[in-house]
Amino acid sequence: MLSSGTITPSTLSVKDLLWQIHWDRDRCTLCGRCTAVCPVQAIELGVHRKRTVQVPSLGDPGPAASSSSVYQVYHGIRQKTDPAYACVGCATCSLVCPNDCIMPYRSDEADKLRFHINRGGQPRYRGGRRNVPDSAAGGVLDRIKFIRISMLTDPALDAGRHEFELRTLLGRILPPEENLRIYREQGWIPPVREIYPLIIGSMSFGALSPNMWEGLQMGVAYLNEELGMPVRMCTGEGGCPPRLLKSRFLKYVILQIASGYFGWDEIIHSLPHMKEDPCAIEIKYGQGAKPGDGGLLMWYKVNKLIAAIRGVPAGVSLPSPPTHQTKYSIEEAVAKMIQSMYMAWGFRVPVYPKISGTSTALAVLNNLTRNPYAAGLSIDGEDGGTGAAYNVSMDHMGHPIASNLRDCYLNLVRLGKQNEIPLFAGGGIGKNGKLAANAAALIMLGASGIQTGKYMMQAAAGCVGSESDRCNICNIGLCPKGITSQDPRLYRRLDPEKVAERVVDVFLSFDTELKKIVAPLGRSTSLPIGMSDALGINDRDAAERLQIQYVV
Amino acid sequence: MCRLFAVTSEEPVSPMMAVRALDVMREGHDGSGVGLFLSDLGGPFEDLKGAPILSGIFSNEGLKRLDQYMMNLGFMTKYKMSIKVPKNPPPGVPRRDIYLIRAYEYPENWEGLSQGEIDQRLMMTRIQLRSMGEEKGDMIVYSFWPDVIMLKELGDPLTVAEYLRLDREELKARVIMAQGRQNTNYAINLYACHPFFIQGIATMTNGENTAFVPIREFLATRGFPGYIGYQSDSEVFTHILHFTLNRLGLSIEAYKHIITPLQDDDLEKHPDSPLLKQLKHSCRRLIIDGPNCVMGTLPDKTLFMVQDRKKLRPGVVGGRPGLYAMSSEMCGLDAAIPNRDKTRDFQPMHLDTAVIRPDRSEVTLCSQAEPLPLLH
Repeated sequence: MLSSGTITPSTLSVKDLLWQIHWDRDRCTLCGRCTAVCPVQAIELGVHRKRTVQVPSLGDPGPAASSSSVYQVYHGIRQKTDPAYACVGCATCSLVCPNDCIMPYRSDEADKLRFHINRGGQPRYRGGRRNVPDSAAGGVLDRIKFIRISMLTDPALDAGRHEFELRTLLGRILPPEENLRIYREQGWIPPVREIYPLIIGSMSFGALSPNMWEGLQMGVAYLNEELGMPVRMCTGEGGCPPRLLKSRFLKYVILQIASGYFGWDEIIHSLPHMKEDPCAIEIKYGQGAKPGDGGLLMWYKVNKLIAAIRGVPAGVSLPSPPTHQTKYSIEEAVAKMIQSMYMAWGFRVPVYPKISGTSTALAVLNNLTRNPYAAGLSIDGEDGGTGAAYNVSMDHMGHPIASNLRDCYLNLVRLGKQNEIPLFAGGGIGKNGKLAANAAALIMLGASGIQTGKYMMQAAAGCVGSESDRCNICNIGLCPKGITSQDPRLYRRLDPEKVAERVVDVFLSFDTELKKIVAPLGRSTSLPIGMSDALGINDRDAAERLQIQYVV
Repeated sequence: MCRLFAVTSEEPVSPMMAVRALDVMREGHDGSGVGLFLSDLGGPFEDLKGAPILSGIFSNEGLKRLDQYMMNLGFMTKYKMSIKVPKNPPPGVPRRDIYLIRAYEYPENWEGLSQGEIDQRLMMTRIQLRSMGEEKGDMIVYSFWPDVIMLKELGDPLTVAEYLRLDREELKARVIMAQGRQNTNYAINLYACHPFFIQGIATMTNGENTAFVPIREFLATRGFPGYIGYQSDSEVFTHILHFTLNRLGLSIEAYKHIITPLQDDDLEKHPDSPLLKQLKHSCRRLIIDGPNCVMGTLPDKTLFMVQDRKKLRPGVVGGRPGLYAMSSEMCGLDAAIPNRDKTRDFQPMHLDTAVIRPDRSEVTLCSQAEPLPLLH
């Protein structure tokens, strides 16, 4: 800053930024990789002028009149302080630096940047997840312990060698008496899928790069066909590539329809060519990361391919409405939409709604219990992720999943319908890496299955996003790992085969960990849905709220 | 762990036979209680086959309230058996006023009711008496059903049996189930003592039921007033059986398909696979996760034994035509029926249901892999 320069309200120093780049001049080889790779151009070539004072030695008879100041130029990098170019902390510069001489560090105090990321009156929007820097301490799910260990009164089981059947059901299940009656009368029994309880949650083709999507699909196919694990993946709202729609692999896919109906032209047109029915249809009414807000694919990511699959022009932002526009009441929304979807596949495919966690979830659930077609309810808690949303929605809107799910389950128990409408829970499961423990806790609180998205991105593709506002630029298609980018120069960094391998790794290790949890509880024959007597927590209020044991 | 013994005999036998078998197996139980179920009765009750018999423990005040209540309903006492006990009970056995076994005449206004309605009313009467007793702590009611006597008490089984003089002629029966040990997993409570009874169906179990809570929640929300209690995790086995037989209209062969359904690969191969898949789905909450050995009696006096999927509990069936017994330990069976062809003994495994029909001619084995009898 020159003394004659101008200071504007948004003039920030490096100190004011959330992420500060530390660069070591001595080790830098000036290769330029960091500046080339930075997704947000936060660093640029810096030409620095420097004065060194050279004092002649006492015996030096040189001309006394010459100055002792020597001006030198050296090259390096400079961090930009313009809010538009603020470092996002992705550390891709460190990844590519041959000499480990560059690294972003988080500011030691609350940044000032946050007051300025709304230039032009546009509030901040981003991708990623809710920023809760203290989340490492562990949310409620992380703190739940499994306390009913089989000791002497019954033997604990051998997680490694015992037989386990850890499957769940997706679909409307009739009460036993009615089920048998209709079976005898050869009437219509709602379709039910037996699936693995961990589902890859809805991430759209468009939100994810083609390589990421392909990798996930290949991993899912391998798990099903080679390992016999009936893992399913939901498409999100972005349609489905026609080749997949017409392939036998469609049966591993849950197709999502949301308020923008993106991709459904293609799906409807593919119907006569489908060799297999999809696993299920998910009607998205809400998303945990941005409840009450529609899906959003920003223009950066709408290239020709995405535009073709979604049936829209390229290069325009695709905001889905917050609600399905043709509906005005829950009775209509649920009944009509669910039934039309059933009809499209000849009543052979389960159809269920997905809502964001909300205190009104019970009202939705009660309505579903009276609709004989509703095949389940998926609830997405506040810690769910997104490809693009307003920061305020992500950080402040929504309902934690644990109590929302528990309330819904206990309500079903009161109605005696706990086996009839399976509840699926998502939103921040495994956000601290404890995927199996979180999933098992939710299952024992009453979930029939778990949906996870961010964990898959982190574990299967190396997403660097975090709850401390790191990276989170999924929305603008500049993902440094190529996970959420639609630019081939970026997404070619991601090898789909390697993603598929990691997906398989994740599911196999999850399966072992889940067994390591349920086996000591003496459970192997069925998934311990609602086995709340096994749960305890060292927080009296949480214990009371979730109706589990308080243990200290 | 509980010790279980059940016997079915052409000739009425004394419950002491079962209690002695429990005593032989005492190594494995802590002598904290005994439960008895007697049916297909001999002695004086043989002539009262249709009359409902009330079994329970009453205080003097409780008895007065019982008489008043039953009179109001129109029940007339037809036969009563009094168990007079010495003033001082042996150590570990509480002092009680009256061990009641009383047969009633149906109220006049029940005439013409359907069997289903009578069954329902008998159960409701028992439940009502139970809740009256729980209110004041003066009555404990085990069963109210024709041709069924039940007795449960705290203490060592043999000591209790001698104290109550169970070797008496009136208590001889052709079907007897006995369980030794109070439930120690939960609070000591006579309602937590096996066998459990509902509408002619009785079962007893050893082992822990790890899926207890979800099963209890499911049964308790079926809208059936008899699905109450659950002081023990084993009571759900009785109610699941009742649900299978009475609510689903299935036979005993289907019971195992409800509590431990076949795994998917085996299910695919089963001749009744479409039906069994439906059962597996809609009765998912009734899947037990063991380890358990369940023995029970059906309303037609059929005796059966099943194991859970893990088969981590012992259980053996043996005997000869006319006299068969089931025992949780081999030594119990040896003590009760020493003269039998031991090569014919059978220990049901994870797919088996061992059934002894009322004709007591043989032990029928039914594997889960076999076709089910036709649905009616």
